[in-house]
Amino acid sequence: MKSKRVFCGKVLLILFLVIPLLFLGVCVSSAQEEGEVAPEADSLAQPPTSPTEVKAFDTPNDNGHSITVSWTLSVDDGAGRNNVVSYEVLRSDSLDGEFEVRGLAPAGENTFEDKGAKEKKDANYFPPHKDFYYKVRARGDGLFSDSEVSLPAHAYGQWYHTGKTPVVVAVIAFSTFALVFITLARKGKKLYVRPLAGIEAVDDAIGRATEMGKPILYILGLGSADMIATIASFTILSRVAKKVAEYQTPILIPCCDPIVMAVAQETVRAAYLEAGRPDQYKEENIYYLTSMQFAYVAGVNGIMLREKPATNFYLGKFYAESLLLAETGSLAGSIQISGTDEIAQIPFFVAATDYTLIGEELYAASAYLGKEPTLLGTLKGQDWGKAVVMIALILGALAATFNFQFFLNLFSIQL
Amino acid sequence: MRRTLPIAVVAGVGFFMLIQYFIPLEEFETLYEWALDWTMVIGCFAMLLGLYSLTNMMVTKVRRKAEGWGYSLVALVGLFVMVFVGLIPHYQDSLKYGTLFMDIFEYIYIPIQAAMFSLLAFYVASAAYRAFRARTVLATILLVSAIIIMFRLIPLGPLSAINQWMVNFILTVPNMAAKRAFWMGVGLGATATALKIMLGIERGYMGRD
Repeated sequence: MKSKRVFCGKVLLILFLVIPLLFLGVCVSSAQEEGEVAPEADSLAQPPTSPTEVKAFDTPNDNGHSITVSWTLSVDDGAGRNNVVSYEVLRSDSLDGEFEVRGLAPAGENTFEDKGAKEKKDANYFPPHKDFYYKVRARGDGLFSDSEVSLPAHAYGQWYHTGKTPVVVAVIAFSTFALVFITLARKGKKLYVRPLAGIEAVDDAIGRATEMGKPILYILGLGSADMIATIASFTILSRVAKKVAEYQTPILIPCCDPIVMAVAQETVRAAYLEAGRPDQYKEENIYYLTSMQFAYVAGVNGIMLREKPATNFYLGKFYAESLLLAETGSLAGSIQISGTDEIAQIPFFVAATDYTLIGEELYAASAYLGKEPTLLGTLKGQDWGKAVVMIALILGALAATFNFQFFLNLFSIQL
Repeated sequence: MRRTLPIAVVAGVGFFMLIQYFIPLEEFETLYEWALDWTMVIGCFAMLLGLYSLTNMMVTKVRRKAEGWGYSLVALVGLFVMVFVGLIPHYQDSLKYGTLFMDIFEYIYIPIQAAMFSLLAFYVASAAYRAFRARTVLATILLVSAIIIMFRLIPLGPLSAINQWMVNFILTVPNMAAKRAFWMGVGLGATATALKIMLGIERGYMGRD
């Protein structure tokens, strides 16, 4: 009886041990048959396989303080043991020297730009024209493996940014158009330019101020003297001031930048001299108010309400103050001519002033007012430039639709 | 010579600024940064010129008792008070922003500026009233588009989805097309203006011969 019970106990013990083992075996084999990635029991304890084909080369189109490192991913990155967490890029200035970590790239990445500062006093200074050796370390869970050391590479600056070639081509083409038409204009060829209502109104606006015996207010905007819109405004001011001098109408120019004020004074002085009225020029009418946006608005609005100018010009760079100025001018009953290249302010000017020069019309205004053939030549060149842009747009749209990648790449710009 | 030399300087600097954009060399970068520094230095010195101009105008107005001379007096007092308190060097814990200069700026100037900016809302309303009067076909299109855009923030029940579609269409198709045309025109115009200045064709900004 006892031996029978012992026998039964042994059978149960064997079954107890064998059945789970059999079950485990079936599970593992079925998992392998289904092709699932079953991590090996010891995979996390092994370092990932090292990356290969490590190459170091000077980063193209830069100032000479960077080297780019590329490598072939570890076989355990996204496959194999699948245990690569990141890559560490290490650098040394000699083959057998000490390597220091320069940066990290996440798993799946196979390039790294080793970039440093250009100032020698900076701790991260990257010396140009000095050879460096690189190796890449594949990092797993606390374990790593290093690649072979790369061939030496050194950084150097480039004389030309190849990624900006389309811009060079565009600048040369556009300049050629402009120069051709300037030459034609100088030779006496008549160039037609479409009339602009805002420009046509300038003479009438000045005449109105003269008849009313009231001053003209000219606002150069909030831009500094180096902005294209402000420069364009100076050239218009020069023409306006000449007419104002001829009609002997006072012109007030409150400025929000001292340099703009100095240039405006000189421009108006020259215009009065050219008109043969240097005695009429009053420097005190061209003055600095403030550089603060809304304080400037308050000052100019005060001038509008006190002086009641017959005509207001708003030509230059404008921001949120555009409507505050234009509406006050409208309430004061002035005829108003505006122009800016700031797209967000165009609707405000269109709504609140009588005439608006939109974007490029502001730049073209001086040519319209001056009627000089050379200036009109640049306008014509501009029109031809626009025609080329329009053709390129149509071709680009077709190329994108039919996936002509080569044509699209011609317009690709890297900054 | 008085005309040729400035034009030569403008052409030289303009040409350098143009080519440095295409040359990534460190030396060119350094020269470009140097030029920008010079702009700032000149700007700082020009501020003295502005200060003189402002003071001169305000003092003249006060002395002559011209219309609104009281405002000029307030501006003059404000100017000199700010210069004076700006020169007080040490930090004071009793003040919220540490210095009297910053406290005056934060508690007086900023609220006044905010009040000025707030007026914009009223001006937008009055300008919109004039702009949106449907007197012409174009003004009517503007009015309808504006109404559709304004309604995008208002719950319209089942109409919201249709309105949202129309808003997206207006903003991403006709509006974006017009904006791009504007930017292209501005880009070409700016290049033409730069060319005119570099070649000395446009000299109006230079003053007298």
